[in-house]
Amino acid sequence: MNWRHKCLLDLDDWTREELSLFLEQANYMEELLNRPIKKVPALRGKMIVNFFFEPSTRTRVSFELAEKMLSADVVNWSASGSSVSKGETLRDTAWTLESMGADAVVMRHGAVGAADYLARKLRKASVFNAGDGTHGHPTQALLDLHSAWKKLGSLEGAKMVIVGDVLHSRVARSDIKAFSKMGVKIVLSGPATLMPRDITCLGAEYEPDPKVAVKDSHMVYLLRIQQERQRQGLIPSLDEYHVRYGATEDLLKFARPDALVMHPGPINRRVEIASEIADGNQSIILDQVRSGVAVRMALLYLCVGGGK
Amino acid sequence: MACGIRSISRKEGVLLIYIEKAHIMNEEDMKRVLRRIAIEIIERNRGLEDVVLLGIQRRGVYLAGRLKELLKDIEGVKVPTGELDITLYRDDIPTLLEQPVVHSTSIPVDIAGKKLILVDDVLYTGRTIRAALDALMDLGRPDNVQLVILVDRGHRELPIQADYVGKVIPTSRNEMVEVFMRELDGKDQVVITEESEVQVD
Repeated sequence: MNWRHKCLLDLDDWTREELSLFLEQANYMEELLNRPIKKVPALRGKMIVNFFFEPSTRTRVSFELAEKMLSADVVNWSASGSSVSKGETLRDTAWTLESMGADAVVMRHGAVGAADYLARKLRKASVFNAGDGTHGHPTQALLDLHSAWKKLGSLEGAKMVIVGDVLHSRVARSDIKAFSKMGVKIVLSGPATLMPRDITCLGAEYEPDPKVAVKDSHMVYLLRIQQERQRQGLIPSLDEYHVRYGATEDLLKFARPDALVMHPGPINRRVEIASEIADGNQSIILDQVRSGVAVRMALLYLCVGGGK
Repeated sequence: MACGIRSISRKEGVLLIYIEKAHIMNEEDMKRVLRRIAIEIIERNRGLEDVVLLGIQRRGVYLAGRLKELLKDIEGVKVPTGELDITLYRDDIPTLLEQPVVHSTSIPVDIAGKKLILVDDVLYTGRTIRAALDALMDLGRPDNVQLVILVDRGHRELPIQADYVGKVIPTSRNEMVEVFMRELDGKDQVVITEESEVQVD
């Protein structure tokens, strides 16, 4: 097989065939999580830098676990307290990382296009986008795809509803790309104040009433609501949001009885999701976390593993 | 059984010619060899107690499956059979042009204390088996590990040998031994081929 991607900046140029092959590879990686010794030597001697300009727990930890399970050497570099806070530009930082011999850089950054910029400045190292502004979070989309695919089998013809703050969500943008490539129909729902203007350009429909939107859906995906959206006046109150747009038993009655409930985490109980739904048997939130390690292993193996 | 040119392809001014040089085994030969190996396994292990078969992806998996059937026919015992993928343990990944894909590893029992019988199609440099042994040690601590090989073609680069050998075939390094199996390739056959390059203008 010829895996042509060295980096993952976003999923635009991944084909459906590549996504399918990738999901299968991630499945085999997931087997490793069940082993007594969760480590293989595939990336021995490779140096990977985790470079996080924004706070992150699960993405950073899950990348780090994936790197360690593949025996890579891992360096964590955070923006605060480093040369970045002394005013170094991203370009100079990139060259510094490469001079140190980094084989790959995993980066989260608040600016749209930051990972793409880094990839163009680095000559050899792979770059993995762990979230860039409101643009994309492709590994989140891959893990969402993997966990849903494992439960549903084929995704062709399935319906997914994404409810919440689509406007500020890089997760939604990447998920729309990934799931529609696999033949999933996507409907967005949530307050109009939290929807982007270019909503139809995203390739999804918009239905303001979540009870209507979730009809016949196989997947209900809740986006995280940040408290500051209330201060910005985009939603009246968190309680009201919960009643109208939150995943409650009342809302799920309108979806398919076996619909999967998904969330990128960390969850706000009693805001976008009710506790009994988050912990209920339709929720695959913890499967998503598990898939997170598996897809990142598959990604690192495929993109960094070969010498070439 | 006709030998000769199997395919010719053209690549950047070079003709790649695949020549089938010899047919080493047909379906009947393979059947006989596997039956003999099955009996040797029973003999060497004085029965099949604690024996576990483990096929190396991919053709070793099918060979292990056939041995399992034969052992059931001969001894009436169902031997636990699993599959092992060694891709993540290979030592040659940085030198390969194409990234090898990973296949499934699944072992139905705890291998601690078991007599583990690895099964593969061709034994050549020994590096696959080295990787398989490393993988095994990460999965548990078997009592002992034995090796079944359908074809031993020589040219070892590591001190590794098989306990059960279907056939020893002396080869040169520029020859290839190709094993075809019904489950994957639609036929049972072992063939020696050689690729030669001819410059064309």
